[in-house]
Amino acid sequence: MAGKNIIKEAVPMRKLPMNERRTTFKEVALGYNLEEALKEASRCLQCTDPPCVKACPLHIDVPGFIKLLREKKFEEALNKIKEVNDFPAITGRVCPQELLCQAACVMGKIGEPINIGRLERFLGDLEISRGIRIPSLPKSREKKVAIIGSGPAGLMAAARLRKIGYDVAIFEALHKPGGVMVYGIPEFRLPRRVLEAYIDYVKKLGVEIKVDHVVGRTVTIGELLKNYDAILIATGAGTPKFLKVPGESLNGIYSANEFLIRINLMKAYKFPDYDTPIKVGRKVVVIGGGNTAMDVARIALRLGADVTVVYRRTEREMPARREEVENAKEEGVKFMLLTQPIEFLGDERGWVRRVKCIKMRLGEPDESGRRRPIPIPGSEFEIEADTVVIAIGAEVNPLIQMTTPGLKTDRKGRIIVDSEGRTSLRRVYAAGDVTTGEGTVIEALMEALKAVQTIDKDLSEKP
Amino acid sequence: MYRVVEKKELAPRIKLMKILAPHIARKVKAGQFVIVRVHEKGERIPLTVVDWNRDEGTITLVFQEVGASTIKLGALDVGDHIANISGPLGNPTEIKRYGTVVCVGGGVGTACIYPVAREMKKAGNYVISIIGARTSKLLILRDEISSVSDEFHVTTDDGSEGRKGFVTDQLRDILLSARKVDLVYVVGPAIMMKVAAEVTKPFKVKTIVSLNPIMVDGTGMCGACRVIVGGQMRFACVHGPEFNAHEVDFDSLMSRLRMYIEEEKIALEKAQRCVR
Repeated sequence: MAGKNIIKEAVPMRKLPMNERRTTFKEVALGYNLEEALKEASRCLQCTDPPCVKACPLHIDVPGFIKLLREKKFEEALNKIKEVNDFPAITGRVCPQELLCQAACVMGKIGEPINIGRLERFLGDLEISRGIRIPSLPKSREKKVAIIGSGPAGLMAAARLRKIGYDVAIFEALHKPGGVMVYGIPEFRLPRRVLEAYIDYVKKLGVEIKVDHVVGRTVTIGELLKNYDAILIATGAGTPKFLKVPGESLNGIYSANEFLIRINLMKAYKFPDYDTPIKVGRKVVVIGGGNTAMDVARIALRLGADVTVVYRRTEREMPARREEVENAKEEGVKFMLLTQPIEFLGDERGWVRRVKCIKMRLGEPDESGRRRPIPIPGSEFEIEADTVVIAIGAEVNPLIQMTTPGLKTDRKGRIIVDSEGRTSLRRVYAAGDVTTGEGTVIEALMEALKAVQTIDKDLSEKP
Repeated sequence: MYRVVEKKELAPRIKLMKILAPHIARKVKAGQFVIVRVHEKGERIPLTVVDWNRDEGTITLVFQEVGASTIKLGALDVGDHIANISGPLGNPTEIKRYGTVVCVGGGVGTACIYPVAREMKKAGNYVISIIGARTSKLLILRDEISSVSDEFHVTTDDGSEGRKGFVTDQLRDILLSARKVDLVYVVGPAIMMKVAAEVTKPFKVKTIVSLNPIMVDGTGMCGACRVIVGGQMRFACVHGPEFNAHEVDFDSLMSRLRMYIEEEKIALEKAQRCVR
């Protein structure tokens, strides 16, 4: 059929009406309905050597699932994805497909690439609406694996280890499982019902999730090794970076993590019905250009603030997904580019009132390949702000490293692993942001898959 | 869910609660705290662990009903459940033989010095404890603390019990006396800790304070508890809660503690309505 009926334009996805977007936390991207999904799926060229599969970190058989979807074999299409990915309704939403599978899509050369992520989401949502089927489990291998952290890597590893017969317990520091998907990503990008459906699925597979357990404090890796055959550290990159400029401890200045935890996990936007408060002023300045900065900006906007994102490079270098930058703009977030904050100025009561900034220009590319921002002398100026959120990235939490003798880390505190996910300690593995510093959900899932294979291989060996 | 197994009123609005939390009881040491979330819509608040019983799997918390969360916690009875308790968090107190250790507790902070005084005594130190409150009936844990101290002093602001004045007045007198003091350990309101640091500084005595900034997760994720120590930003939950008193920027701490003063009032009024 290729060649004959090429449809160059992708099927657009419906979005929530703007008035609701600006005032509620409802999901913005509404996804495809059946008709739209079938139409979009029909555009796939079914390449024999599909570049999209290679570009996908999980190597999902994209043409394979799209073909089955076209044939309305939904269950089979879904199973195709689930060979490597248990959470299609999550990755279909938060994966940067435009840089991965869709960037590689052959259709992209002659028109718009296939909206692979939206098709994946369609199938994932369909599965959740029908109720996720719990597969029958193989005979127990009588071996126990402890997973530290219930974010994307931890949940994925737990599900897959369980499906091949291991006993699995997850240790979660917070009172709710989900990691960055529950405390970090806002509801308008990832509705909680999606996450909850998958957590419920993981629990029904027989995974025990122990909340309120801060590994390193409540129990150490050394202690866990006495009771478990293997340990997978998947604690993410949970420590906020600050700018380290004067005035950063003034009231009204949040790390992105604190702002997001208060809103997403503690529901501070429903204060005083919920006990946790948050201060969102009239003028909110968000510092940073990543997805987290966009999330924070769009939340502040929904709480009625005038929001400006301050970023030290240009829009081209922003690490945020294009779609999220566009969403933020559409909703009314302002951008102040090539600008770097150098000091926070407060009032006599210790509250932030202004941000002193300096203008930047772009120099030669740095190690990240992006052009390095250079301050322009004498270009200092001040902007008004009564709330500031610093969203310039995260670092690895040092708790486990501090309390685990012999666990090797690099100078940034990231756990060093070999190409198969083994740490310097026997029977201890690591996956996700705790090894890379900062990545996407899909990268964490890919590492989890790899670690699961290694754990299975190592534990299957005769002692 | 964590069951309340014992509850006592130590003074008006100051309560002691023993809670079944084996995962914490097995591991906790003097100087550590827990994060408590009382109910499903509750906030996460830090409370110091005052005592524990590893065999029973219980921990003891002492708190003053000053805000919505502590009022809701105080409204629970024996047999009721607390939604979440995580911990033990923070670094334990460094317990060793220093020589003479002065433990200073003010207000509800008095409860926090009890486990430290006890462990310091066990480690072979000569322990001098000073506890203080506004007035006699707000003094707590006199017997417990005096039983683990070689010397015991009480101060009240109004002179209704012990010496009239502040704990820091007593502290200064001890430092001026002939006895050499090797360590001063202080827990109380931020202003009291600030004054204590000023009192000990000229004597060049090592002084430790346990800080009580606003926290959310308590695991190093949010940075709400950032304090300035020796000119550097530190997180009280991961790097603390104990710091060298002479390096702490108390003014910044006190300013940050006032961040939610308006919201606290709203929540308090709501909690009082609900609890009554």
